[in-house]
Amino acid sequence: MKFSVFISRKAICAELTATTKEGVITELVQSLVSAGDIKDADKADIIKAIMKREELGSTGIGRGVAVPHTKHASVEKLIGTVGVSPAGLDFESLDGQVASLFFLLVSPPDRPGDHLRALENISRQLRDDMFCRLLRQSKTIEDISQLLEEADGNSFGS
Amino acid sequence: MRPADKLVRAAAGFQCQIELERAGQIADCRSILSLLTLGATQGSELVLRAQGPDADEAIRVIRLMFDQQFDEVNVEQST
Repeated sequence: MKFSVFISRKAICAELTATTKEGVITELVQSLVSAGDIKDADKADIIKAIMKREELGSTGIGRGVAVPHTKHASVEKLIGTVGVSPAGLDFESLDGQVASLFFLLVSPPDRPGDHLRALENISRQLRDDMFCRLLRQSKTIEDISQLLEEADGNSFGS
Repeated sequence: MRPADKLVRAAAGFQCQIELERAGQIADCRSILSLLTLGATQGSELVLRAQGPDADEAIRVIRLMFDQQFDEVNVEQST
């Protein structure tokens, strides 16, 4: 599933400022609210659900990448955003490294397949060192947006 | 994603090379990024392969994990 299908362009965060796990999740969810992808009234519940999922095992999958996610009945289709933390932060990642690249996903409870297809795409692109490096270097929403478009066009990964 | 996490942790305990294959695509069981790229959903057909000194034991343990559905039966299916 291509990034353009589920990444909300307006919600992309080029310079995350949060320094904690809950902080960065809050910042990313807030950007989805600001972009109009989720309602302000659902924000607190979505953050809580994502944190609950993290308690079962960190979604920090290593290589500086984390994929916090949850299912939530308030969304009608899979929606996600991308954030880059220039400083990186402790996300209790599997490899113990700080996380600096974040892909946050909220999916409808009845569409688990979409969620997996999005994860499949994210992981495939992230295996490409060049994609990771360029994403970390991105300074603006436009940089990230363009990089995702190029990735959708199969410029990176297999 | 939790089943993938559990697989990686289990595979790390063996010396042998462990691979999972889905529709011709092969993933290294020690890498969660690699496993997630399989895009395997519930019901996907996978081939498990292991090569090395403790391969038999690895196959036995990992097959058991699949048989027990990663202890997620009755738990909300969340990746």
